[in-house]
Amino acid sequence: MQNFQILGSGCANCKKLTQNVATAAEQLGIPYTIEKVTDIEAIARSGVMKTPALLVNGDLKLYGRVPGIEELKKILVS
Amino acid sequence: MESIEKTTNSLPIATNKPCECVADCAANLSLPKEHQTSRTFRFFSLLAVAIAVWWFIYRQLEAIANWLVFTMLRLDAHTAFGSASQFFLYETPKVLMLLTLVVFGVGILRSFFTPERTRRVLEGKREITGNALAALLGVVTPFCSCSAVPLFIGFVTSGVPLGVTFSFLISAPMINEVALVLLFGLFGWHIAVIYAGMGLIIAFLSGWMIGRFKMEKHVEPWVYATPVKATSVAKIQGWPERFHSGAEAVREIVGKVWLFVIFGIAVGAGIHGYVPEHFLAHIMGKGAWWSVPVAILVGVPMYANAAGMIPIVQALLGKGAALGTVLAFMMSVIALSFPETIILRKVLRPRLIATFVGVVSTGILIVGFLFNWLM
Repeated sequence: MQNFQILGSGCANCKKLTQNVATAAEQLGIPYTIEKVTDIEAIARSGVMKTPALLVNGDLKLYGRVPGIEELKKILVS
Repeated sequence: MESIEKTTNSLPIATNKPCECVADCAANLSLPKEHQTSRTFRFFSLLAVAIAVWWFIYRQLEAIANWLVFTMLRLDAHTAFGSASQFFLYETPKVLMLLTLVVFGVGILRSFFTPERTRRVLEGKREITGNALAALLGVVTPFCSCSAVPLFIGFVTSGVPLGVTFSFLISAPMINEVALVLLFGLFGWHIAVIYAGMGLIIAFLSGWMIGRFKMEKHVEPWVYATPVKATSVAKIQGWPERFHSGAEAVREIVGKVWLFVIFGIAVGAGIHGYVPEHFLAHIMGKGAWWSVPVAILVGVPMYANAAGMIPIVQALLGKGAALGTVLAFMMSVIALSFPETIILRKVLRPRLIATFVGVVSTGILIVGFLFNWLM
């Protein structure tokens, strides 16, 4: 089970990233849970200065942009 | 035209090839070096061709618009409808083409400036130098107002002085490529340069003053208690990736503002053709000194992006409003807004927010007066 966290205060990009991550995981057939972190303190503690960001099992994988589904698949596999 | 098709056709092959390595493909980590350089070379030649084509089309725009309106549709250049149509058909493709090129260029430029790198430059910098650098870096560092708070925390916890952080936060939204392109495209380079120059000065001085006021205690205490954590995502940036970020910026920014731009130019065209010149001269002209503070009072709570502002700016300027008044209005709308102060309230106490709004509006007020007086 993979745990994905999307960090961001709820702007359009965060929603897009959440969607893309879910689609990528489904296409790869990975079981996952997805959690949106909107609390500004929690975002700040992760050290991210540009939202949205993606954490996989607590590890920061990307921030500041919304990659396409193909690129996300590679990120999720690595 | 043939050669362009060929190059674009070869592009997917070039990008697909290295994907034999599945995981590292995105970062190009295990690519042989020659492959990387040949890809870079291909991107650069493609870019050169694209810019040549761009330039060729750009040069023809006015002739095409004239031909369409005056020859094809047989409209009279002296009628309101004729001149409005010509204005619309010429300005729309012109501004959209300029915007695409500049956003692409800025996207590439910004791939050199991450928030982390900017923070490292500003850490522990003294006032004055720090404020000046922060104002300049605010222009080129990628920034989105929804990230203002995490960025603020990231800066102040790692030792960037409060005033320097503010210089950055003021210049980043105010001076952006969309605003500059639109000002350049519609009003000429001198207005774009004046706007950028004044924006930098306001960011520099306001940040410096906030620093002088020593207002650290008006930052919410939990902010300074946040542990500093350096973010690190392995990202190797080669030219192909930079081109990619340029293209992504175009998709994202131009994709978002094109409708505003067309609408804005349509409004501008209507005014161009129909509303009499000097219509606003007596209420917003140079003579009416109070128009500057009124413009700022109206502009500060408003929130709009630069693209949305342009039709208004165009309408005002075209009809005799004074330049200083109009620039002051545009700056106060873009740099300060009611929603932004609500977001900042999470990290700043009311006194500091009030100081921030007060100092920046005063700066804008001075710029407005100065311009109306000088020009």
